Amino acid sequence: MIAELGHFALILALLTAVVQGSLPMVGAARGYMPWMSLAAPAALMQLVLVALSFAALTYVYVVSDFTVVNVAENSHSAKPMLYKVTGVWGNHEGSMVLWILILALFGSMVAFFGGNLPPSLKARVLGVQAWIGIGFLLFTLLTSNPFLRVFPAPADGRDLNPLLQDPGLAFHPPLLYAGYVGFSMAFSFAIAALIEGKLDAAWARWVRPWTLLAWAFLTAGIALGSWWAYYELGWGGWWFWDPVENVSFMPWLLGTALLHSAIVVEKRDALKIWTVLLAILTFSLSLMGTFIVRSGLLTSVHAFATDPERGFFILVLLLITVGGSLLLFALRAPVLKPGGLFAPISREGGMVLNNLFLAAACATVFLGTLYPLFLEAIDGSKVSVGPPFYNVTFVPLMVPLLFVMALGPLMPWKRADLAGVFARLKLAALGALAGAAITLYLREGWPVLPAAAMGLVAWLFVASLVEWCERIKLFRAPLGDSWRRARNLPRAAHGMTLAHAGMAIAAAGMIGASVWNLEEVRNLRPGESMQVAGYDYRFDGVEQIQGPNYLADRAQITVTRDGRPVAVLTPEKRLYPVQNMPTTEAAIHTTWVVDLYAVIGDSDGRGGWAVRIFHEPLVPWIWIGCIVMVLGSFVSLSDRRLRIGAPSRKAKAVPAGGHPAPAE
Amino acid sequence: MIQRLLLLLPLLLFFVVAGYFLWGLSPDRDPQALPSAMVDKPTPSFDLPPVPGLEQPGFASADLGKGEVVMVNFFASWCVPCRAEHPYLTDLAARTGVPLYGINHRDKPEAAVAWLEELGNPYSRIGADSGRGAVEWGVSGVPETFILDGEGRIRYHHRGPILGQLIEDEVEPMLRALRQ
Repeated sequence: MIAELGHFALILALLTAVVQGSLPMVGAARGYMPWMSLAAPAALMQLVLVALSFAALTYVYVVSDFTVVNVAENSHSAKPMLYKVTGVWGNHEGSMVLWILILALFGSMVAFFGGNLPPSLKARVLGVQAWIGIGFLLFTLLTSNPFLRVFPAPADGRDLNPLLQDPGLAFHPPLLYAGYVGFSMAFSFAIAALIEGKLDAAWARWVRPWTLLAWAFLTAGIALGSWWAYYELGWGGWWFWDPVENVSFMPWLLGTALLHSAIVVEKRDALKIWTVLLAILTFSLSLMGTFIVRSGLLTSVHAFATDPERGFFILVLLLITVGGSLLLFALRAPVLKPGGLFAPISREGGMVLNNLFLAAACATVFLGTLYPLFLEAIDGSKVSVGPPFYNVTFVPLMVPLLFVMALGPLMPWKRADLAGVFARLKLAALGALAGAAITLYLREGWPVLPAAAMGLVAWLFVASLVEWCERIKLFRAPLGDSWRRARNLPRAAHGMTLAHAGMAIAAAGMIGASVWNLEEVRNLRPGESMQVAGYDYRFDGVEQIQGPNYLADRAQITVTRDGRPVAVLTPEKRLYPVQNMPTTEAAIHTTWVVDLYAVIGDSDGRGGWAVRIFHEPLVPWIWIGCIVMVLGSFVSLSDRRLRIGAPSRKAKAVPAGGHPAPAE
Repeated sequence: MIQRLLLLLPLLLFFVVAGYFLWGLSPDRDPQALPSAMVDKPTPSFDLPPVPGLEQPGFASADLGKGEVVMVNFFASWCVPCRAEHPYLTDLAARTGVPLYGINHRDKPEAAVAWLEELGNPYSRIGADSGRGAVEWGVSGVPETFILDGEGRIRYHHRGPILGQLIEDEVEPMLRALRQ
């Protein structure tokens, strides 16, 4: 009964989407107000219906109703409640409903907060959102219905893949989808602007907060996924350039570019066509990610149960959405009049450089991800593209990007004086030298490249802070004066400083993790110890424990340094009997500078156990950097100008924005 | 005009990529399948002694490629899929008359002898391999089967048991083609 209600609600949501996608569009074309104003209530109605459907699906999971195929295949009565709920989106069908729910949520937010949008733009944006919704609702209802029943019902379920029974992964999909789907807003605005033939600074001001919100969610989602892989897979790595990781990373790269190019549209009325293209491509890449993950197109360590029929359906969806929007772009983009010209050495010039690097980086990831498919289609040979490829293509693109990232915020709009910018970066240059020198001092063997890399991130970090300090005149004016200035500074400016500094922190973590990580495997008997990077790991023994739905061998490893206790690590090797699947649970102790990471392997049957120790310097900084970046976006989102959606008089007086010009 | 063409470029590129996607979805493509690096390579160099307790000779590189098509099969008594493919292999060798050479991989001789006594012995020669042979042949597990042409070149390599449909679809056509 409940499952059928959920099913019907989903069908009704489809019908609502059809109304939302047609009448307001016609109304906007004819200038007929009543039809246009249908869009907002329809969007809210969609949210109610999809939420109802999602609630129904959650309910059948919570009560373990095994007459529903989806529950029987992905849940188990003994599973902890948290994973019963998160199991709703731990499978293909349920995750599609979540996808649609988030889409409806974003649509209703436009309906709710978009009071100051011109009615025709609002109607069109919601209309385009409804088109996307129709596509995915059809896909779910026709090929992936989560409410199908089975008779007779099995006595118990097949359980969720134990690797997914983890808090990190439980919340990874919702965040990731919020990012993917969030970019649909920029997409809808871009399509609406192409249809209207009008794109101005106001348009950019509406698009920015949505893009920023999506970007924040995607950053958090990717970081959470990476963190999960780091501690759950027990391989000690945090990024594997796996196709499934790459497809979430590509929208992030282009979304970052979009975030910056939209500022140029807002401030300088330039880069319009490029920004529209970025908006379309960013969401297209999100859709492509959905397609690749669910069609079994590429070989990946993590993929959904795949089905060619579904893959074909999404491909058709992709052809209509991406092909259609790019066709519209080709036909209508010339209508968007390019705005003011600009000098290469200027804030906007810096943004163009940023966009070039990010787009090129995205292109390399795209090629690396799809190259195996291209090659196989041409001569049938199979290859996999791994870290060596990205090290020689992607990393060299990031180095200049990080370098100029320090300069950009210091350059004024229209025309900048490069010598002056560098003059203000003396402190950053000093920071870079210090970063490199500290690296050389701490590490033996004259590590020139890592030292240069650490110098680069120190340069970026200090430069980000310098810009902020200059704007509030820290140490130049009395402290009270600086405080007043900091409070008057637009929140977006604080947000930018945080985001850029967060990037520097994360980059330092990535460099440290890839250059200095150590790995040692030993077969240890209870009481024996091993030394890794100055830490002493004593293996105390293994005990068997019984979890709620698993059995585990739990080892105890006491870590000391120079005789002083540091931590007790308890890595586990679990067996989930329902799926007969073993998992490793790494034990990690972080000192915030280095992670001590232990994994327990197999017993040799004579009292010894394989103990694997990873020494992971700076890895915690990756997560800290990501958190700071996400924090920065939310600080920026709280900016009055973005919240209200239109510039206030005051915000105009102080040249505000994500990257405001230096005050004096 | 040039600007128009430039604006069409994203669409054209997308169509190219979409074409590859469409190809990638074709139902007879298995993205998980791993092609063998051994196909079209000459016979690896190896020399395997007989299995103690069997009356059969072992064999070496020099015994292959003497103008005769041969099948080489890696097996072990402890391997369950080997047991599953055994009747199929026996039948295949008897029906086609193609000599079947066995490589007994990391096995106890007594266990191998008992296994062959229980299930029957379709092999014309059997070499005992302590692991070195598997490395030379690029074998990652048992069972694996190779077909070599008259010049001793590897023409077919299958990882896993030779069973049912696979024999009809791949093994027999390959044997027929090579023996013409």
